Amino acid sequence: MINPTAHLNPKIFDDDIERVPSRDGFGEGLVIAGEENSQVVALCADLTESTRIEAFKAKFPDRFVEIGVAEQNLATVASGMAAAGKIPFISSYATFSPGRNWEQIRTTICYNNQPVKIIGSHAGISVGPDGATHQALEDMAIMRALPNMVVICPTDAVEAKKATIALAKTMQPTYLRLSRDKVPTITTLQTPFEIGRAEVLYEGKDLTIVACGQLVYAALQAAKALEDEGISTRVINCHTIKPLDHKTLLKAAEETGAIVTIEEHQVTGGLGGAVAEFLSQNFPVPIKILGVEDHFGESGETQELLKKFGLTKEMIIKAATKVVRMKA
Amino acid sequence: MSLNDWQIHTLEEQANSIRQDIIKMLLEAGSGHSAGPLGMADIFTALYFHVLKIDPKNVTDPDRDRLVLSNGHICPVLYTTMAHRGYFPISELATLRKLGTRLQGHPHREALPGLETTSGPLGSGLSQASGMAYVAKMDNLKWRTYCLTSDGEHDAGNTWEAVLFAGKNHLPLTAIMDRNNIQIDGVTEEIMPLESVKAKYEAFNWHVIEIDGHNFAQIVDACDQALAVVEKPTMILAHTIPGKGVDFMEKKFEWHGKPPNAEEAKLALHELRTLGRKIQSEHQ
Repeated sequence: MINPTAHLNPKIFDDDIERVPSRDGFGEGLVIAGEENSQVVALCADLTESTRIEAFKAKFPDRFVEIGVAEQNLATVASGMAAAGKIPFISSYATFSPGRNWEQIRTTICYNNQPVKIIGSHAGISVGPDGATHQALEDMAIMRALPNMVVICPTDAVEAKKATIALAKTMQPTYLRLSRDKVPTITTLQTPFEIGRAEVLYEGKDLTIVACGQLVYAALQAAKALEDEGISTRVINCHTIKPLDHKTLLKAAEETGAIVTIEEHQVTGGLGGAVAEFLSQNFPVPIKILGVEDHFGESGETQELLKKFGLTKEMIIKAATKVVRMKA
Repeated sequence: MSLNDWQIHTLEEQANSIRQDIIKMLLEAGSGHSAGPLGMADIFTALYFHVLKIDPKNVTDPDRDRLVLSNGHICPVLYTTMAHRGYFPISELATLRKLGTRLQGHPHREALPGLETTSGPLGSGLSQASGMAYVAKMDNLKWRTYCLTSDGEHDAGNTWEAVLFAGKNHLPLTAIMDRNNIQIDGVTEEIMPLESVKAKYEAFNWHVIEIDGHNFAQIVDACDQALAVVEKPTMILAHTIPGKGVDFMEKKFEWHGKPPNAEEAKLALHELRTLGRKIQSEHQ
């Protein structure tokens, strides 16, 4: 059953659930962050409208910096501005930033420890028709491996807005992963959000599904269907991939004894990797990692692609049944 | 303001002493770069002992000038100059590149107070300096940003992204290029020709000044002139001799990335001490 303290959208399982891209929540959150702190600045690499940084630009034109199609400069100019006291948000598509500028992020932001907030929009195969060049499936792996870096993948626009406001208040380098596609708004203003704390959205005792991004919704749908079949399923929204919420995951492994993870990312190095690294060394239980299996994406409509790459409610149910059988 | 003869002599003596300590620290470390640090000793001396508005006892002063070393591998000259200027004890130079040192093989901001950035991977410093200068301009702050960059790192796209950005935004920024014509694999004009680099910078809306990077009067005059050019960032193309002051190292790209051995260090120090005595006698 739905965890009542999560205060999810009451229309969660209705067909007409509101759908909004998580990048919209970022855009709204950044304006609030800018109002709250005059040191917040925004930089963009020629994608102002589609990364939703345009609202900040309209409200604070003197605090917006256009960098042009130059993602390495985007990261390094931001590092310099942070060194001079600013809290820079830098936005582009995730394949370009943090894709193209990884070393600059590593050296001038992470090792240099400057509070630059990297916003990677258009992550995952749900980008759709633009195809594999624009579908970031490795971004969480390359960001998660960096010391000092915080990695957040919000599930919907409401959570993206909360995350944006929250990370403007931290002095750490952060990567925020956003979607292009409209995704179901499953959380509400009352849903708790804290960087580094995973939220149990659905309670259960036979297994746990750990998800991030828009696939939290598929996980909830799967949990409901599994419950109808008599398999009590817990769902954790693990929006912060780093630092990982060890306490909540350990409790889930101890109490449910089986884990399925799902993410719009390569199965290597993302959420599933992080969960498996931790649990295999602390409380080994059967785990199935769902994601893209060492493959590039392709053009297509979002739902077609999610189906082709096995990121659906049906695949979660299949994996759940399997890990429950594997329990001793 | 231009330097008088006494000031020039004082700076020459200081630079000579810094060169000797660079040789000693590289010998002690057993690895590191020789040619670049020796070639840039005069410019670092001029900056830290005359040009920069800094206080080694107050390294977080919000009004301080910012110096960004982009080509971090020449950090032996940065560390030695900072020690001579009073940022930390000269004896600490012996810890270069050793476990637990604040003097990392390439500069790390969080390791040593007084460093403005972490650097080493080439091509990123001019952008970071541009970010600082952008803040100074947007908030109307009076401090100045200086960026030391190499000719070799002008192979990197990131550098030219910064050149475009600084030119577009008319940034209050003084960049100094160590135009020593060598990089690891050989001569810059053979690896990837840069000329005419002056015309290139001017085409990107920069003010360009060419100087002899071993002439203190020219170094200081160029930095003064850059402050007066308010509508453009300034690039000072400093022609330097890699390995300057040590005859067998001068102009040899083979000395880019290696330290002297004990015998070579002895020879180098002998040469530098002789030069030091000459400067002293001229002064007296």
